[in-house]
Amino acid sequence: MFGGRFTHATIERNAILLLILSLVTITIGGIVEVVPLFTIETTVEHVKGIRPYAPLELMGRNIYVREGCYLCHSQQIRSLKDEVERYGHYSLAAESMYDHPFQWGSKRTGPDLARVGGRYSNDWQYAHLANPRALVPETLMPSYAFLAETTVDDRMIEQHLRTNRQVGVPYTDEQVASARDDLQAQANPEADTAALMTRYPKANMVPGNGKRATELDALVAYLQVLGTMVDFADTSTESLQQ
Amino acid sequence: MVDLAMTAGTAAMSRPAALHAPVDYNEEVVRKFMIASMFWAIIAFTVGLYLALELTWPDFNLGYSFTNFGRLRPVHTSAAIFAFGGSMLFGTGMHVVQRTCRARLFGGTALANFVFWGYQFFIVMAALSYVMGFSQSREYAEPEWHLDLWLTVIWVLFGVIFVGTLLKRQEPHIYVANWFYLAFIITVAVLHIGNNLAVPVSFFGAKSYSAFSGVQDAMIQWWYGHNAVGFFLTAGFLGMMYYFIPKAADRPIFSYRLSIVHFWSLIFLYIWAGPHHLHYTSLPDWTQTLGMAFSIMLWMPSWGGMINGLMTLSGAWDKLRTNPGLRFSVTAVGFYGMATFEGPVMSIRTVNSLSHYTDWGIGHVHSGALGWVAFICFGAMYYLIPVLWKREAMYSQRLMSWHYWIATLGIVFYISALWVSGIMQGLMWRAYDSFGFLQYSFVESVVAVHPYYIIRMIGGLFFLAGAIMMAFNMFMTIRGPAARPAGLPAGALMAGE
Repeated sequence: MFGGRFTHATIERNAILLLILSLVTITIGGIVEVVPLFTIETTVEHVKGIRPYAPLELMGRNIYVREGCYLCHSQQIRSLKDEVERYGHYSLAAESMYDHPFQWGSKRTGPDLARVGGRYSNDWQYAHLANPRALVPETLMPSYAFLAETTVDDRMIEQHLRTNRQVGVPYTDEQVASARDDLQAQANPEADTAALMTRYPKANMVPGNGKRATELDALVAYLQVLGTMVDFADTSTESLQQ
Repeated sequence: MVDLAMTAGTAAMSRPAALHAPVDYNEEVVRKFMIASMFWAIIAFTVGLYLALELTWPDFNLGYSFTNFGRLRPVHTSAAIFAFGGSMLFGTGMHVVQRTCRARLFGGTALANFVFWGYQFFIVMAALSYVMGFSQSREYAEPEWHLDLWLTVIWVLFGVIFVGTLLKRQEPHIYVANWFYLAFIITVAVLHIGNNLAVPVSFFGAKSYSAFSGVQDAMIQWWYGHNAVGFFLTAGFLGMMYYFIPKAADRPIFSYRLSIVHFWSLIFLYIWAGPHHLHYTSLPDWTQTLGMAFSIMLWMPSWGGMINGLMTLSGAWDKLRTNPGLRFSVTAVGFYGMATFEGPVMSIRTVNSLSHYTDWGIGHVHSGALGWVAFICFGAMYYLIPVLWKREAMYSQRLMSWHYWIATLGIVFYISALWVSGIMQGLMWRAYDSFGFLQYSFVESVVAVHPYYIIRMIGGLFFLAGAIMMAFNMFMTIRGPAARPAGLPAGALMAGE
C-alpha cells in the first residue's frame, strides 16, 4: 500500500495497533456530531418562560420515566404541517433544556404529549390515567390506577433538586430549601400557593386527595405543565432560529 | 445426509494432526454461554409475544404496575439484545478467538467464568429493576447507574480476555472475524460509558439524572442507540458470519480485500448515523443532514459485507439443501442485506417524515433482529452444539428444517404486518379532507392497526415455536451419545477443528 512496507497485514499482525486504529476510526463521527451541540450557541433557542420543574412536576416526570411512558408517547412535535396542526407549535430545543434525560421518544402508539399540558382538565387526566378505556374506548393504554395508592416519596426531594443543579438546572437555594413544602402545596387546594407560584410560574395546581401528594397527583402535575412554559404569542419568529 | 460435525470432522482428519501441538481450548465457558443464550432466547421471544398481546388486547396489561407494557418492553429488548444476542456474542467471540488464534483463553478459567456469571447477573438484575420500576428511560440502555458500573467492569474484563488471547496467538495474522469482535467490544464500551454519564441522587439509591439534557441528550442517546444496532447487533454478528459461514460451508471467505474495505468503512460510517432518529426535531438541521448522508453511504459497506458472506457459498450452494444450519446463516445474510437497504431508505428525511414514530420502525428493527441477528445466531448454534458437546450431529435435522420454515414464516408475518400498519399510520396522520382539515383523529389510527397487530402476534408465536423446537433439539443433542471414535486422541481433533 505504501511502497510495499506498510500493508494491511501490518495491522493484522498487531492486536494493539488494530485496537487503536479501530478506536480512532469510531471516535471521529461522534465527536463531529456531538461536541458542536455544546459549543454552538444557537443550538438552543433563547426564549422566555422556560423554568425548572416544580418539585411535584419533577417527581411526576420521574414516574413518567419509570413507567416507560416514552415507549408509546413522543414529546417532540416535528416541523411538519400536519403535526403542527394536530399537536401545536413544533417543539423547541429550549423546551427540553432542563430535561435530564430528554423524553422525545421514538414511537407513537399513543399521541404526542409535548403540548398536552392544559389540553384536558385535571379531572379528565385523573379519570383517564385510572381507567383509560372509560374515556377512550378504543385506546390501548394500560391502567395507571395503582399510582393513586402510593404517596410521593419526598424524603429526598431537596437532594433531587441539588442533583439537577449539579447537571445544570438552575434551581436556586430558595427553591431547594422549600422543595418539600412546594411539593405538597401543589397537590393541596387548601395550601397557600403564592410563594410556589412565584418560584414556579404557571404551575398547575392538582386537587390531590386532601392528604399527602400521590404519584398520580405528581404525574398529572407534570402532564399539565408540558408545552405550556413558552408563550408563543410573545415570541418573534426570528428568535427561534437555531 | 451430510451433517455439521461430519463436515468439521472430515476437515480435521484431512489435516495432519501432528502439524500443530494440540491446544486445550476453554470450551466449558462457551458451552455455558450457549445454554444461557438458548434460555434467554425463549424468555425474550415469550415476553415479546406477551407485549404483542398487550398491544392487541390491552386487558393483558392486567392492571399491575409490573405487567404494564411500559415496564415489560425493556425486559423484551434487553433479553433479546443483551441476554440472547449478548450471550451469543460473548460465547462465539470466546470460541472464535481461541480457534483462530490457536490459543487458550487469556486469563484462565476463573476469569472466563467470572465474566460469564457476572454478565448473567447483570441481565437478571436489569430485568428485575425494570419490572420494579427503575429505568433511565434511555432506549436499550435502561439500567440505572449501579448496574451500568457493574456492566462496565464485566465488559472491560471481557475485552481483556479477548485482547489477551489475540496477543498470545500462535497464528501470525488476526483473522477477520476477530476484527469485528474487537471493534464491537471497544465501541460498545465507548458508547456505554458516554451514554450513561449520570449523577446519582444518592449513593444508596438507584435514581440518577442524566449528565446531559434536551437536544444534546437526544443526540448522545441516538449516537448510542443507533450504534447499539451498528456495533452490538451488526459488527459482532458480522464476526459470527465471517467465522461460521466459511466453517459450515467449508469454503474460505470470498474476498480478503472486500473484508478489509468492509471492516474499515463500516465502522467509520456507522457511528455518524444516529441523527436519522431525530429528523425534523429540535436537533439542528446540520446534524440531521450529516446523519442522513452517512446513513445512505452506509448502504455500500453493508452490502459489501453481505456480498462477501453470500459469495463465500460459491461452489457450495448445494449445502443449503442438506444443511439447515447453514440455511439459517445464509438467510440471515439475506435479511441483513434487506434491512440495511431499508434502513438507509428510512433515513432519508422525506421518507422518515412518514415512517418515523410508526410501526414501520418496529417492523424494520425486527427484520434485522429476527431475520439477521437471531438467524445468524441459530446458524452458529446449530454448528457449535455438536462441536462443543462432541456429538455426531444435531439430534434431529428434520426439527431444524421445521424450525427454519416456521421461523421464516413468522418473520414474514411480522414484518409485512408492520409495513402495512406503519405506512397506514403515517398516511392517516397526515391525511387531509377536502375542506383542508386533518382527516383522522389519532385514535382512528389506533383502531385501524388492530388487525395487523393480530398478524404480528401470530408471527411472534411462530418465531417462539421455532425457538422451542431448537431448545428441545439442543437438549436432546446434549443428552445424546458422544460421537467420536474413542481411539482418536481428543487433542488432535480439537486442534484441527
